[in-house]
Amino acid sequence: MLWLAGGCVFEKENPMKILVPVKRVVDYNVKVRVKADGTGVDLANVKMSMNPFDEIAIEEAVRLKEAGIATEVIAVSCGVAACQETLRTAMAIGADRGILVETDVDLQPLAVAKLLQALCAKEQPQIVICGKQAIDDDANQTGQMLAALQNWPQATFASKVVIANGKASVTREIDGGLETLEISLPAVVSTDLRLNEPRYATLPNIMKAKKKPLDTVKPADLGVDVTPRLTTLKVAEPAKRSAGIRVADVAELVNKLKNEAKVI
Amino acid sequence: MTMRTDRDAMEYDVVIIGGGPSGLSTAIRIKQLAEQSGKEVSVCLLEKGSEIGAHILSGAVLEPHALAELFPDWQERGAPLNTPAGEDRLLFLTETGSYKLPTPPQMGNHGNYIISLGNLARWLGEQAEALGVEIYPGFAAAEVLYHEDGSVKGVATGDLGIGKDGQPGHNFQPGMELHARQTIFAEGCRGSLTKELFAKFNLRDGVDPQTYGIGIKELWEIDPAKHQPGLIVHTVGWPLQSDTYGGSFLYHLENNLVSIGMVVGLDYKNPWLSPYEEFQRYKTHPAIRGFFEGARRISYGARALSEGGYQSIPKLTFPGGLLIGDTAGFLNVPKIKGTHMAMKSGMVAAEAVFEHLFKDNAGAEATEYAEQIKKSWLWDELYKVRNIRPAFKWGLFGALAYGAIDTYVFKGKAPWTMHHHDDHSQLGDKNSHPKIAYPKPDGQLTFDRLSSVFLSATNHEENQQTHLRLKDESIAISVNYAKYGAPETRYCPAGVYEILGEDEGKPRLQINGQNCLHCKTCDIKDPTQNINWTVPEGGGGPNYPNM
Repeated sequence: MLWLAGGCVFEKENPMKILVPVKRVVDYNVKVRVKADGTGVDLANVKMSMNPFDEIAIEEAVRLKEAGIATEVIAVSCGVAACQETLRTAMAIGADRGILVETDVDLQPLAVAKLLQALCAKEQPQIVICGKQAIDDDANQTGQMLAALQNWPQATFASKVVIANGKASVTREIDGGLETLEISLPAVVSTDLRLNEPRYATLPNIMKAKKKPLDTVKPADLGVDVTPRLTTLKVAEPAKRSAGIRVADVAELVNKLKNEAKVI
Repeated sequence: MTMRTDRDAMEYDVVIIGGGPSGLSTAIRIKQLAEQSGKEVSVCLLEKGSEIGAHILSGAVLEPHALAELFPDWQERGAPLNTPAGEDRLLFLTETGSYKLPTPPQMGNHGNYIISLGNLARWLGEQAEALGVEIYPGFAAAEVLYHEDGSVKGVATGDLGIGKDGQPGHNFQPGMELHARQTIFAEGCRGSLTKELFAKFNLRDGVDPQTYGIGIKELWEIDPAKHQPGLIVHTVGWPLQSDTYGGSFLYHLENNLVSIGMVVGLDYKNPWLSPYEEFQRYKTHPAIRGFFEGARRISYGARALSEGGYQSIPKLTFPGGLLIGDTAGFLNVPKIKGTHMAMKSGMVAAEAVFEHLFKDNAGAEATEYAEQIKKSWLWDELYKVRNIRPAFKWGLFGALAYGAIDTYVFKGKAPWTMHHHDDHSQLGDKNSHPKIAYPKPDGQLTFDRLSSVFLSATNHEENQQTHLRLKDESIAISVNYAKYGAPETRYCPAGVYEILGEDEGKPRLQINGQNCLHCKTCDIKDPTQNINWTVPEGGGGPNYPNM
């Protein structure tokens, strides 16, 4: 039977769960500032919100559920207790429940991928839809690492997702145009900006989200060691662009490029 | 008015509009009273900022009096009062000189703390949530709802996804109605719904007009060698002319942070004056600039404040609701502090509302609030200083002299009360006042407005209708431009208003609503009151950290 929803064509499948990892990051409106001692970015009292690519992932999962393809959408966040707010936002958009893997340790992509691996073993999702990267560290690694750990197919930077017959057909934006992959499920899909436009988290839905279930576990409960493997040596602001100068003619420009800038 | 049927509704006992110190204090106090007496009271609080604290900006030196009444154990609870007030300097500035003035008793700060009010609000928000208050940031109350008998029924949040043309777009989501037995308006200075309530219930009949100031503030991280935690420096005089009410503040907080700002009374007359440029210029004074060598600016913002005091307090209650905090005008001008009053008014309101909710045949209006306010220390404090601000009609020196007599001779009990005028009616003709040549910003200590607005992290969803509405678009040119030289292009601290097309002889007003800092100055100072500040989509506006 064919189902039409949100411009996508779906076929009725067996019941399936979708797991969506959501990260609490510094809000995209905030002008971040490197700490005076160069140890990182100052996050004291700055506005935090859900990584925008993860919002797209939640929206896609919720649309799949609304289309009757998915049966349950589970949002997962790994990090400090305040990540609960991010999970509530995900549930206001339409996720059915949330899982917080609570830790104060600074989590790196491999640690998050391992935590998600443990949750995949527990929850048995058919798809993990994640943001392609988080706007704070721009690592773009967690989804790929998770696919490798699970030995699942992956389709990254999705701009269109169609699920049918136990397979996902995923369109990706690449330099030369569009590429369409077909992967078998279970699989990891990561979202690009044009996949969808997330809906507003409305006040009635935020109120309802407060009553949805939210479980908290610790990394140790999942048997995962989240100790950082990488050390940040220094964080610095990009060098300030120096003021430009006006040249009189082409000859002077060429001369300066050759002798001063030494680029030609 | 047509009835809408597309909105969900929720019922609460109390709905509070605004998550500043007054609104949060009310929410907390009601829940404390409910807990103590074993009763159930549902409390919902709406905040238009993206989070609690996002729109809060103040100096700020806090008198912890009211906080201690709300939470006697605020220290154990970890309230962010980290820097006790230390040395207090009051300087009179000339262009190159500075002279120390005796600190008037109201301005003494012993026992006070230099704080970030935004961070105090964040902390109060956590305390309120822990007590069971439902807090919804990112949702602006856009409309007052009334019962058929005219009493206030609650509010509705704004619709989302309305396009520039005012029509619902593809992602349209209707707002939500919040109904309450009492709706408490804690919008801060010049609340947009409060303005409607003033008119609807004639709350300003028989009181003076409110008079305002605009406060502009920057947060800097300075050289640790120059940092003196607790240092408080206030100035009067240069760069402001003696007929313009205003002054500056400079506070050394923790972590090498310095908060610096200027307040300019919005009853100024010269339409060429720019509060923003006056503030930038002030920082270059020899007594001030030294603090900022090798420093970096990390935040910027602006907000209007109420300065009318005692004479300008409106009727505080009406059927179904009441006003608290700075939207009612609770601020002590000579003390240059309002937070303790905002919190106190919120607590008194909470006690009155709580009593009212459980009284038989109580009626729709919690008149107990106004009665109890008049019995509290807040009212006495406001009364004593009521003549200080209006004395500035005699200029800075007249006011200083009068202030000394009023304070020391009459001890605030002078047998007269001076009056205020509307700020917007004070602006003079562009040809009867000299133009002011402000220096160009140097990009180190002084900056242009757009690079400042950038640091406020302000944003508004770009496809929405502008929230700054002109009642009559032609007046922008026929009156504001022709008679006053488009003063909104100067008093707006965010560069929202621009005159374009002057060179072609076809001037028109461009409104860059996306830059708006929600300071409300345009709504106050526009000479014909043609500019109406309405709430944009919730979550829009500045995202102040540590302000």
